[in-house]
Amino acid sequence: MKLMLTTAALALTAGMALAQDTVRMGTEGAYPPYNYLDDNGEVAGFERELGDELCARAELTCEWVTNDWDSIIPNLTSGNYDTIIAGMSITPERDELIDFTQNYTPPAASAYVAASDGADLEGGVVAAQTSTIQAGYVAEGGATLLEFATPEETVAAVRSGEADAVFADKDYLVPIVEASGGELMFVGEDVQLGGGIGMGLRESDTELREQFDAAITSMKEDGSLNELIVKWFGEEAQVYE
Amino acid sequence: MERCADPASLEGLAWLACYLTTGKHLALYWSFGTVLLLLAITAPTALLFGFGGATAARSRIPPLAWLGKGYIAVVRGVPDIAFFLFFVIALDQGFEYVRHLWLCPDWEQPIRQGNDFLVCQQAKLPLGNAPQWVHEVYGFLVAALTFAIVFGAFAANVLYGAMRAVPHAQVETAEAYGMSPRQTFWRITVPQMWVYALPGLGNLWMVLVKATPLLFLLGVEDIVYWARELGGTKTPQFTDYPHGDWRMWYFLGLLVFYLGLTRVSEIGIARLMGRLTKGQATAGGERQRKAGA
Repeated sequence: MKLMLTTAALALTAGMALAQDTVRMGTEGAYPPYNYLDDNGEVAGFERELGDELCARAELTCEWVTNDWDSIIPNLTSGNYDTIIAGMSITPERDELIDFTQNYTPPAASAYVAASDGADLEGGVVAAQTSTIQAGYVAEGGATLLEFATPEETVAAVRSGEADAVFADKDYLVPIVEASGGELMFVGEDVQLGGGIGMGLRESDTELREQFDAAITSMKEDGSLNELIVKWFGEEAQVYE
Repeated sequence: MERCADPASLEGLAWLACYLTTGKHLALYWSFGTVLLLLAITAPTALLFGFGGATAARSRIPPLAWLGKGYIAVVRGVPDIAFFLFFVIALDQGFEYVRHLWLCPDWEQPIRQGNDFLVCQQAKLPLGNAPQWVHEVYGFLVAALTFAIVFGAFAANVLYGAMRAVPHAQVETAEAYGMSPRQTFWRITVPQMWVYALPGLGNLWMVLVKATPLLFLLGVEDIVYWARELGGTKTPQFTDYPHGDWRMWYFLGLLVFYLGLTRVSEIGIARLMGRLTKGQATAGGERQRKAGA
């Protein structure tokens, strides 16, 4: 929308100088390795590097802002920032509210993590983050869903015994399981959910979406996106063909 | 700091010193300032809103009285969290809409397109190309205004009651001396009402002090947000200072801060009460008089 407006405004008031627009990138900052705050309090992670590269390719000036996951979509539609780049899976429900670019990670596995091998995934208590595809999946199954506002709390619930298992993106859980020194482990089968992760934009922002789409395509074509995925998610991560 | 370049090699106090001075921790320390600043701005503004609301509710002009009573009833009745989520976005969009009408009269597209709220580029608040700190200051001020409106309604109710608690004989005497209603209000009612209002206002202040975590709903990062973020488990891949779930320690720190703030507030309120009681026709005022005599 912004660029469309800028061009429209330029056409109307030919010659009038307009300051270059900043695209504000909204993220959660609490979902490593996708996005998190580093020791300096700056947004870092896979999506930070990806987003900066996409902005460079689309020749946009970008600025990072963090927002609570719960209100991340309303704040986009009301214009507090211009994109959501926060590990958000593309789903039909979300697509009714906002638009997505093409995905920038292939549809990835979600997995269960528990404190013991015998965790009951069918009838027990499973923790998931509110308003995620994983929470929706658990709610439809037989297990009791325990929702939390942040990913951190879902894992803490398993550690404290409040939940039998946590269900989340596998890429998020891998570093946690590795660092837990055997306290936590993967249980059950991985589940394929969603249509991959994409950037969310306002439905009226067609022009900006096309720019990011083109930038993602170019990163897919020259293999730099795959390199980034391997760098952040490891050798076993799914990459584009 | 240079000696913090390789935290993994550090131990004990040296490690802790480096850990506690990371950029993220500095953000936590700053957020204490944010909270105190919010309190410093919100408390007087809320009092102003409260005074306006109470005066309006007492007005003899019916529409003004309805406005005052409506404000008190609506804001007191709606749950805080719903009010904060809805109202800030509505307030922000309201500002932008007014600016839009003013700045872009030639605009043809609808403002609402599906879920999207679209105003012209010049009407954006803050402007799309404004630096991040402008966005933050704006968000902070909208938050402060929202707090002031919400707490103002409660303060209005307290002040409304306090104005009625001023002994009627005082008002009658003022009238007997030939004071106009305006003079009676400003010279007799207002100076005397504070002693009746203070217990209620003191309560409100305490609630306000603890309500600041609502700030993050509005995108302002307060102490509770940073405590949760810093205390959360940190795995070695993503930080130089990996640690387990330390939220308990951070929240313990917050507990000390809040208890300290409460204690200071209590002392301040007690002193204020002592001053306001001086010469008043209340039990407290009588005690002071006898003690002095």
